[in-house]
Amino acid sequence: MEILDRISEMLQRGDTGKVSALVKESLTENIPAKQVLDGGLIRGMQVIGEQYRLHEIFLPDVLLAAKAMYAGMDILKPSFIKEGMPSLGKVVIGTVQGDLHDIGKNLVGIMLKGAGFEVIDLGNNVAPESFVETARKERASVIGMSALLTTTMPVMAQVVELLKAQRLVGTIKTIIGGAPVTKEYAQEIGADAYSFDSADAVETVKALVKPA
Amino acid sequence: MEKPFNKILQEKILVGDGAMGTMLIERGLEAGRPPESFNLEKAAVLEEIARQYLDAGSDIVQTNTFGASALNLAVYGLEERTIDINRAAVLAVRKAVGDHAYVSGSCGPSGRLLKPYGDVEPERMFASFKVQLQALIDAGVDVICVETMSDIQEAVLAVTAAKDIKASVPVMATMTFNPTPKGFYTVMGVNIPDAAAALETAGADIIGSNCGNGIENMILIAEGFKKCTKLPIIIQSNAGLPQKRGSDFIYPETPGFMAEKSREFVKLGVSIIGGCCGTTPAHIKALRSMVDSMQRPSTV
Ligand code: B1M
Ligand SMILES: [Zn+2]
Repeated sequence: MEILDRISEMLQRGDTGKVSALVKESLTENIPAKQVLDGGLIRGMQVIGEQYRLHEIFLPDVLLAAKAMYAGMDILKPSFIKEGMPSLGKVVIGTVQGDLHDIGKNLVGIMLKGAGFEVIDLGNNVAPESFVETARKERASVIGMSALLTTTMPVMAQVVELLKAQRLVGTIKTIIGGAPVTKEYAQEIGADAYSFDSADAVETVKALVKPA
Repeated sequence: MEKPFNKILQEKILVGDGAMGTMLIERGLEAGRPPESFNLEKAAVLEEIARQYLDAGSDIVQTNTFGASALNLAVYGLEERTIDINRAAVLAVRKAVGDHAYVSGSCGPSGRLLKPYGDVEPERMFASFKVQLQALIDAGVDVICVETMSDIQEAVLAVTAAKDIKASVPVMATMTFNPTPKGFYTVMGVNIPDAAAALETAGADIIGSNCGNGIENMILIAEGFKKCTKLPIIIQSNAGLPQKRGSDFIYPETPGFMAEKSREFVKLGVSIIGGCCGTTPAHIKALRSMVDSMQRPSTV
């Protein structure tokens, strides 16, 4: 659909105003909100994510695209409530204690939201207990942790240990990410999954919540 | 310390210091607490670290104020203490080095993003840097070091703030570049020629790069700067990016390796050579010997 292509394109340019206007227009044309989201906003954000990974663009373009995506999602929200969109599940995310790097975590959060997860974002500098307590209280099925410092990566292991101690492993799945984090590290600490970027994180979390 | 900072650079290569963060962690800094909390609580530790770098041969020793801008300290509820925190850091280093080394006031990124990428107005960021830099300058630093910047607009705000306070204070300004298929860029997409031009226009006296991805990349970055500026150049490389060994992370580049590679900086005419994350007093000691062995015999 041509309008969805334009939404994707304007999102890639980081043009919040145009994205908002086009999203409104597509709703008045009775295009289902879900289609606007997937075919417009998320598709655009996926392109941005890929270009960033390949160093074709830099952080400013990603940040502006993310802002445009937020703006578009805000306009779609009432329609989702009306259309009664089923949630794919609840995910608690945050940057671990001692770590203030939250740009990557925010991108993961927005993509998870876009994919239909209910995201509870605890922000940065999040204590291990806080991840586990929140996930328990909110009956979340996944905890997502981000760390950008080698010195704060061990906090991820502490969260996994807490889940073990409370016999919540399996009930609450864990996914970790951030520049210094690796798949091997995830295996080593017993996290359920690792992901290298926000688009991949969505697929990985989907796989985690899929009934076995 | 025979001469004022800006005079001495024309005569000889100066050796900077090494990492601060890792030293503080070894001395009890807990996760979740800002490194600058030591300034008010454990100034003696800062003196001890400064003395170690002085003994290793640093001509310039930095203050523990990388994250001591008002905006950054606000994250820890310490915004009100900005002046005290910066002042205490300068006094500690000065006490340790006396006039045997230059005291450099470190000023790192604010931790926040400027509009339209984030939510901070340039005026607010400028004011935040100004409080910090005023405190550093009032407390008697010899030079300001605006360092590891990614956003050129933010770097320019900090340099301008320093010059606004005192035009005669020497200002070093560095950015952190990553290798990409298109060359070296900061995460915010700034390349070396653009960084050099903007920092120079803002009034920086010495420009270059900090941290990074190991010293071999830093040599290429130094070459990049050499091509596009006549200003003195500062290069402070990290000891590579931390790698996992067993349950620990180690910085891969040894003192010997880094000192050997640093010969290239001397050949390129770099004015100040120091270390960043993962470098220790041992790295500085090795660097000192190398520089001394290559330094033109002093005419004074
Ligand atoms: C839940 O599941 C998932 C799944 C995927 C996940 C995921 C979670 N989380 C992330 N992903 C993945 O998806 C995202 C989207 O593709 C990706 O997220 P990323 O976060 O990797 O990528 C982002 C989109 C963009 N990348 C970033 O945002 C990080 C960029 C760099 C330049 C960086 C920044 C911006 C900052 N920094 Co900092 N910083 C650096 C970074 C150097 C670099 N070139 O990476 C790094 C990470 N910093 C470092 C350091 C040392 C520090 N920093 C510090 C401070 C800061 C700022 C505050 C100034 C700022 C953060 C601002 C903010 N609000 O986030 C300090 C620590 C503060 C603290 N306590 O956290 C300080 C300690 C500096 C100091 N001396 O004080 C280094 C870490 C070294 C190490 N490996 O341990 C560093 C690599 C720079 C370097 N070359 O040395 C993927 O990793
Ligand atoms: Zn560093």
